[in-house]
Amino acid sequence: MSATGLGLAWRLAKRELRGGLAGFRVFVICLALGVAAIAAVGWTSSAILGGLKADASKLLGGDFELRLIYREANDAQMRYLLGNSRTLSNTIEMRAMATSATDRKKRTLVQLKAVDGVYPLTGDIVLSADASLDDALALKDGMPGAVVDPNLLDKLGLRLGDDVKIGKTLFQVRATITREPDRVTSMINFGPRLMIAKSALAATGLIQPGSLVQYYYRLTLDPGVDRALWRKQLSDEFPNAGWRVRGTDEAAPGVRRFIDRLTLFMSFVGYTVLLVGGVGITRAVSAYLESKARTIATLKCLGARAGLIVQIYLLQIMVLSLVGIALGIVVGIALPAATLSILADVLPVRPALDFYPAPILAALTFGLLIAVTAALWPIGRAREVPARDLFRAVAQPLTKRPRGAFLAWLGLGTTALALMVFLTATDKMFALFFVIGAALTFGLLWMVGAALIAVCRRVQPRNAILRLVIANVHRPGSAASGVILSLGLGLSVLVAVVQIEGNVTRQIAERLPEQAPAYFFIDIQPDQVTEFDRIVTGIDGVSGLRREPVIRGRIVEIDGVPVRDVTIAPESQWAVRGDRALTSAAELKPDTEIVAGEWWPSDYAGPPLISLDDGLAKGFGVGLGDTLTLNVLGREITGTITSLREIDWQSLRFDFAVVFSPGVLEGAPHTHIAAVRATEAAEKPLENAVADAFDNVSSVRVREALEAASGLLESISIAIRAIAAVTVVAGAVVLAGALAAGQQRRLFDAVIFKVLGATRRRIAATFVLEYGLLGLITGIAAIGVGTLTAWAVIHFLMHMEWTWLPLQAGATVLIALVATVGMGLAGSWRILGLKTAPYLRND
Amino acid sequence: MDDEQAPNFLITLNNVSLTLPSDAGPVEILRDVDLNIARGETVGIVGPSGSGKTSLLMVIAGLERASGGDVAIDATSYAQLSEDAMAEVRGANIGIVFQDFHLIANMTALENVALPLELAGSAKPFERARETLEDVGLGHRVGHYPGQLSGGEQQRVALARAMAPGPKLILADEPTGNLDLETGEKIIELMFGLHQRTGTTLLLVTHEDRLAKRCNRQVAISDGRIASDSHAAPTAARA
Repeated sequence: MSATGLGLAWRLAKRELRGGLAGFRVFVICLALGVAAIAAVGWTSSAILGGLKADASKLLGGDFELRLIYREANDAQMRYLLGNSRTLSNTIEMRAMATSATDRKKRTLVQLKAVDGVYPLTGDIVLSADASLDDALALKDGMPGAVVDPNLLDKLGLRLGDDVKIGKTLFQVRATITREPDRVTSMINFGPRLMIAKSALAATGLIQPGSLVQYYYRLTLDPGVDRALWRKQLSDEFPNAGWRVRGTDEAAPGVRRFIDRLTLFMSFVGYTVLLVGGVGITRAVSAYLESKARTIATLKCLGARAGLIVQIYLLQIMVLSLVGIALGIVVGIALPAATLSILADVLPVRPALDFYPAPILAALTFGLLIAVTAALWPIGRAREVPARDLFRAVAQPLTKRPRGAFLAWLGLGTTALALMVFLTATDKMFALFFVIGAALTFGLLWMVGAALIAVCRRVQPRNAILRLVIANVHRPGSAASGVILSLGLGLSVLVAVVQIEGNVTRQIAERLPEQAPAYFFIDIQPDQVTEFDRIVTGIDGVSGLRREPVIRGRIVEIDGVPVRDVTIAPESQWAVRGDRALTSAAELKPDTEIVAGEWWPSDYAGPPLISLDDGLAKGFGVGLGDTLTLNVLGREITGTITSLREIDWQSLRFDFAVVFSPGVLEGAPHTHIAAVRATEAAEKPLENAVADAFDNVSSVRVREALEAASGLLESISIAIRAIAAVTVVAGAVVLAGALAAGQQRRLFDAVIFKVLGATRRRIAATFVLEYGLLGLITGIAAIGVGTLTAWAVIHFLMHMEWTWLPLQAGATVLIALVATVGMGLAGSWRILGLKTAPYLRND
Repeated sequence: MDDEQAPNFLITLNNVSLTLPSDAGPVEILRDVDLNIARGETVGIVGPSGSGKTSLLMVIAGLERASGGDVAIDATSYAQLSEDAMAEVRGANIGIVFQDFHLIANMTALENVALPLELAGSAKPFERARETLEDVGLGHRVGHYPGQLSGGEQQRVALARAMAPGPKLILADEPTGNLDLETGEKIIELMFGLHQRTGTTLLLVTHEDRLAKRCNRQVAISDGRIASDSHAAPTAARA
C-alpha cells in the first residue's frame, strides 16, 4: 500500500464519514458490547487481584505465615523465629462446637481462633461499637471474653453480654467482628468465627492429642530484609519442620483460585458476546456497504483501483472500531468500578480501583481483531461491486463472493482471534474447548440458517401472506441467517448456562442429600470411640455409622520427586495443596472397588504400603509399584502403591484418597472421624447427644454445609446469568439492526399490500409469522446447541451425572424470544399506521 | 496499429460481441459490432429500449468485458488489461456522464470534481476542479453538497467531473433523461460548448432524435447490432 494511496484513501474515507455515524449505530453498539464485556471481566479480575496484592500483608497477617498442624513450634524453632523477625504473633485455629449457656439445645459448629496479645500484626480488626480487641477478650470477673461473627448471635439466639460455652469453658460475648483482616481463606466457611484469647484456650480442654489444631506463626521482617533469602535460610535451618510457609505473594490462594476460575468462565461469556457482536458487525458493514454500492461503482468509473476501495472502507471500519472500542472500554471499566466501589465493604477483598493496562490492551486487541475480521467478508464483496451497476436503476445486494485473498485474510483473522483466546485464558484446555465449541456452534447455527433458507426457497404456499413471509426469509440479502446466528449464539449460551447451573444445583440440593451422610463428627479421641459408638447407635433413626482413625499429612514427593517438580493434572492439584486426611486400615471397606492391584492381607506387617485413589494416580502420573512420600507430624513416610481404588468424591461418601497399610500410623497421635446417616427427626437428638457427652467433638451437619454451598452457588449463578444475558442483549441488537436494515423494504411491501386491499391485520400477520418463524427456528437450534454444550461441560469437565432440563431450557428460550422478537414487532408496528399516499408519490 | 492506416481512430471495436448469463440461459446483448470513432467526433447512439445502446457504452468504457472481439482506446487493447489497469486507463482517458448524475453525496461539488484528478494523482486537483466548475457556471457553488443542488446543477457538476481530468473521450448515457426540457437544453449546450473548446470526443446515448442530430455522426443500434451508421461507407451503412 503506497503512502500516496493510503493518504488518498484516508482523505476519501474522511469525506465518507462526514455523513455521520447513523448507519453505524449497530456496528458501534455490537463492538462496544463485546469489548465492554471483555474489558469488564479483565478489569474486575485485575482490581480484585490487585486488591489482594495491595493488601497481601494484611490478608496474610504479616510478611510470612507459618502453619503447623497438631503441634506447636518447638523451642529451637521459636527461638529462631523470634531472633529473625521484627514482630511475631501466634494464633491457634480449630473447629469447635459453641453452645448457648442459657439454652443448651442451641449449639453450632464454629471456627475457633485463639489470638495472642500482639494479634493482628498487620491491618486492623474492627469490632462493633469500637471496642478494643484486648479489652473484649480480657478476663473480667473471672470470665474470659469472646468476639464473634454476627451470624453466631443469630444462630444461638444470643445478645452481646450473653455467655457461650466452648469445650469446658464459658465465655462472655463482648463484641461482634466487623472486619477481620486476615480472614479471606476460603469461599465457603463451615461455621462462623469465634475469637478468644490464646491464654483462655487451654482451659477449654479442646487441645487433645491428634485434634485437628492449626498453629499459625505470623511475622513481620525489618525493612530491607531479602524475603527469598529469609525463606531459604528458614528452609535450610529446619528442612523437616513440616510447616507450610506462605509469603505475601501467596496470600489468600483460595480466593485467587476462585477469582481465576470465575474470570476464566466470565471471559468465555465475554468472548461469546464479542462473537455475537461480530455477526452484528458483519451485517452492519454489509448494510452500510450495500448503501454505498453506487459510490463504489462511481469511484471505479472514475478510475479507482479495487485496492483503493478496500483501503477506503477498511480505514472507515478502523476509525469506527476505535469509537466502539473506546466506548466499550469506558463502559467496561466504569460499570464494574462503580459496582465494586459500592460493594467494596462487603467484598472479602477490598478491590484496588486502579488503571490496569493489560485487560484494556486485551479488550482493544480483541475489539480490533473482531471488527476487522467481521468486516472483511462484506468489504471483500464490496470490492467486487461492478461499476456497470451505475447504469442500472436498482442497486443490487452485495452477492459476489470475495476473492481468495480475502478468504485467506478472513482465516488469518479468525486464527488470530483463537490465538488471543489461548493467550489470555489461564486454562489452555478450557480455551481449546471454547474455541472448538464456538466453531462448532457457529457452523451448526449457520447450517440451520442455510437449511431454513433452502427449505423456504422450495416451499410455494398458495396463500399470498404466507408467500410473502416465506419470500422474506429466502430473498437475496435476507437477515434470516444473521439473525439465527447472532440471536442463536446468545440464546445457546443462556440455555447452556441455565442447564449447567440446573444440573449442579440438582446435584447439591437434591441428589447429594439422598446419598450423603447426615453428619460428620470430627476430633473423636481414641478413648471416646466406644462411648461414641454406643450413643450414636442407640438413637432411633440413626444408621450407617462408619468411623475411621484419621491423621493429616502432606504429600511431599511423588515417586521420589519433590511435588513442586512434578507436573500434576489440574483436577488432582487439590491433593498436594495442603494437608490431607489419611488413614490406615487392615480390611478393605465394603462398597470399595479396587480397579488395579490387590489389597494387602489383613495381618500385613511390613514396610508401608499405600492404596491410592485411581483418579489421583492418573493425575499424578503414578501406578502400582511407584511410591508416595508424606510428611506426617514432621516425619516423612514413604509407601509403595499396591492398589488403586475407584472413589466417587461427588457422592460425599466417607473415603480417603490415601490409605496406609496397618501399623504405619498407629504410633502417631490421631483422632477418629465418623459419618452417620439419620432421618430428619433424628438429626437434632443425635447432635445433642454427642455434644452433651463430648465437649471436644465437633459435628458438621451436611445439610447445612450443602445449603451454604447452594447459597454460594446461587449468588455466583445470578452473576453468571446476568453476564450470559449480555450475549442475548448483543443478539437483540443484531436483530434490531437487521430489522432496521429491512424496514424500508417492509414499508413498501406494506404500502403495496394496502393498495391491493390488504387490511392492517393481514399485514401484521406477515410480521408475526415471519418473526415467529425465525424465532421458533432460532429457539429450537439454541435449545439443541445449548443442551449439547451443557452436556459436554457437565460430562467432560465436571464429571457429573447429566440430566436434561427441557422445561428450564424451553422457558429460557421462550422468555428471551418473546422479549427480542417482541421488540422487532414493536419496531415494525409503526409501519402499519403509515399512510400510503406519500410513499406512492415519492416512489 | 499502423499509424498510416488509422491515425485518427480513438476508439476501435472489432467484431465485438457481448453475451451475459441469465436464469433463462445466455443472452446475446451485442453481436459482431465493428465501430471506429475518430478523435474529436461527436457520436449519437440511438435505438429502442433493450437494443444494447447502454451495453455498448459500458463495453467502450471497459466496465463490461466483451465476450468476443476486441476493444481498444488510443490503440491500447482492453483484452490484456487487468481490472485495476483498466480502471487506470479509464481514469486517464474517459469521462462518463450518467443519467442519474451519480455524485457522491458526502462530498461537496468541488470534491466530487476533484475526485478523478486525485485518483489519477494529479498535482493541484482542487485548483483544476475549481476552474472546471467555473467553466460550467458553478464557481459560486463549489462548497455545496449534491443534496443542496438542483438536478441541472448536479448534472453540471457531473459534467465538470467528467471533463476535469481532460479526457480524450466523454461517454454520456441519457444525460438529459432526468432533467426538464429547458435544463436539459442548457446541459446539451454546455456539453457541446466544452467539446468545441477542448476537442474532446463525445459519445452520447440518447432516445432523443433532436439531441442525436446535433452530433456529427449517428449510429443506430437494433437487437445488439449496428443497424445504421451515418459515417459508414454508403454501401455498408445502407446494407
